[in-house]
Amino acid sequence: MRTWEKLRPYSMVAPAIIVFSLFFIYPIFYMIYLSLFDWNFVSPTKTFVGIQNFKDLLTDPDFRQVLTNTSIYTLLTVTLTTGLALLLALWLNRKSFFHGFVQGAIFSPHIISLVSISLLWSWLMDPEYGLLNWVIGLAGFGKLDWLSHPSTSLVSLVIVAVWKGLGYNTLVFIAGLQSIPPDIYEAASLDRSKPWTTFSKLILPMLSPSIFFLVIINMIGSFQVFETIAIMTQGGPVNSTNTLVYYIYEYGFRFFKIGYASAAGVILLVIVGILTIIYFKLLSNRVHYR
Amino acid sequence: MAKIELKHISKKFKDETVIEDLNLTIKDGSFTVLVGPSGCGKSTTLRMVAGLEKQTGGEIWIDDECVNDTPPGLRDVAMVFQNYALYPTMSVRGNIEFGLKNRGIAKREREKLIADISEIVGLTPHLNKKPQNLSGGQRQRVALARAMVKQPKVFILDEPLSNLDAKLRNQMRTELIQLHKRLGTTFVYVTHDQVEAMSMGDEIVVMNKGVIQQADTPMKLYHDPANRFTAEFIGTPAMNMMNGQDLQGIEIRSAAAVGHVGFRPEQALIGAGAEIEGYEIEGEILTRESLGAENIYQIQSRTGVFFVKTFLAPLETAARVKVTIPYGQLYYFGLNGERLRGVEASSKRLAAAGGR
Repeated sequence: MRTWEKLRPYSMVAPAIIVFSLFFIYPIFYMIYLSLFDWNFVSPTKTFVGIQNFKDLLTDPDFRQVLTNTSIYTLLTVTLTTGLALLLALWLNRKSFFHGFVQGAIFSPHIISLVSISLLWSWLMDPEYGLLNWVIGLAGFGKLDWLSHPSTSLVSLVIVAVWKGLGYNTLVFIAGLQSIPPDIYEAASLDRSKPWTTFSKLILPMLSPSIFFLVIINMIGSFQVFETIAIMTQGGPVNSTNTLVYYIYEYGFRFFKIGYASAAGVILLVIVGILTIIYFKLLSNRVHYR
Repeated sequence: MAKIELKHISKKFKDETVIEDLNLTIKDGSFTVLVGPSGCGKSTTLRMVAGLEKQTGGEIWIDDECVNDTPPGLRDVAMVFQNYALYPTMSVRGNIEFGLKNRGIAKREREKLIADISEIVGLTPHLNKKPQNLSGGQRQRVALARAMVKQPKVFILDEPLSNLDAKLRNQMRTELIQLHKRLGTTFVYVTHDQVEAMSMGDEIVVMNKGVIQQADTPMKLYHDPANRFTAEFIGTPAMNMMNGQDLQGIEIRSAAAVGHVGFRPEQALIGAGAEIEGYEIEGEILTRESLGAENIYQIQSRTGVFFVKTFLAPLETAARVKVTIPYGQLYYFGLNGERLRGVEASSKRLAAAGGR
């Protein structure tokens, strides 16, 4: 009896633990293990190379370019999505048919598959026949190369990501705004608070949970961007849109350098891990929860 | 300090008229309580004075100045909200300081004002805490301090005690009365609780369906209600009301038709002797509530259920009792609920015996 009493809780959590270990913990450790080998995915022998893969990675100018690309992409996507979503939410946070319609329209990209979105935007951004260049032409400006020139390709991908993420972000902000009781605004107006003061001193701090949630979700998402790149640019032109996950995919499943790809995966893991730790540190200290 | 005048105020929400042609003068330095059932327009009236709601028609004057187009912050009113409406991201100090900062008051003076106020309301040890770490009573004090520190002309309080437990509510009630004495500022207070209104206000405005029923001192309201609504609204238990047609053995001499006759539960006498002349009702006691100093009986009579309240008397144990209400304690109301004055009544018994 006593042993069963002791074992019962463990037996209850066992299924979850087993699934979690099998599909989350084990792959992570296996990836770290593989990152120390040279292996081509099919050969029965793996050659131990120590930290050679990491050395190669960090001296590879392409990889450095990939890290820079990923950072720029993440920075732009996160700031633009969160910032624009906040502005939109402030505008849409009222009840009318029009505002409800706009809210729904902005949200719709969120439920469309990224593959469809990538194809759609490839067509929109086509330098010759694309809708965007046609509109720009009507406005009297010269055509843009969008995805086909290294100077604009990364920004073009950012536009797609922002377009896709905006609706969800706006929705989270609207939910945050609606959880603020209306008498706070009234108390502020009786306290002679100017609109900007009300926003910066009261509303923004009260939205901090939403802001931090979105920033971290967007950050992790952007660091792992893959579909749009695989479909729209394949990392080109001249490596200008190659990002971390696409790089891992190429080395792992096209060049079959599993050890090398795993090493890049470990670096991604470390980066996302650090971001998450920072996030939780900030969460506990700076974010207001009721 | 300020006098507030509402002139021909009306308020519509879309198609629904909440208040129509409301006229009211709130005396300078008074503790005026707006009281009425929920949805009677008392909170709306209050919010219009504060400027949080714009009236559809009419004028609001504070201190001989029309404030129709003055934004809330510049009306020199301070408000205490039902849910306190404290700024949750700011400390107690920040909450109190916010209004002062927006007025451009220098830091040294701010510090002094905050220190004084928090001493008065007993918040000094809690100045650096966030509102969510305070109890209900402490939050209430922060809301009060935030309002007081601005030294406004008018204090507006919208059901500020309704979120507190009974004991704390009583305590805050006396504190508010003392605070009003000390500051001498005009207080406008909204509540649905007539006990709160009676105990705090020196001027009570009874409202129903957007119309002022009576504006008077508590004593006048109790002893001299202007209509059936006020009579039934003030007092616990409420005034007993009988349909004029159901009365028997009473002769009423009145210039106008009598719709209802009422009496206060505390004026009725159980088992009174024959020497007291009054209207008599027999009935069966349904429930007895013994509160120590007073007992409340619910009595089923031929004309309906009514209440009787006795003070410092032993609990009545008989199942059936005779209740006498002295004629002088009867209130008469017309068919439209208006109070009828100068009505006389006497027993009909002799006339009945002789006639039939």
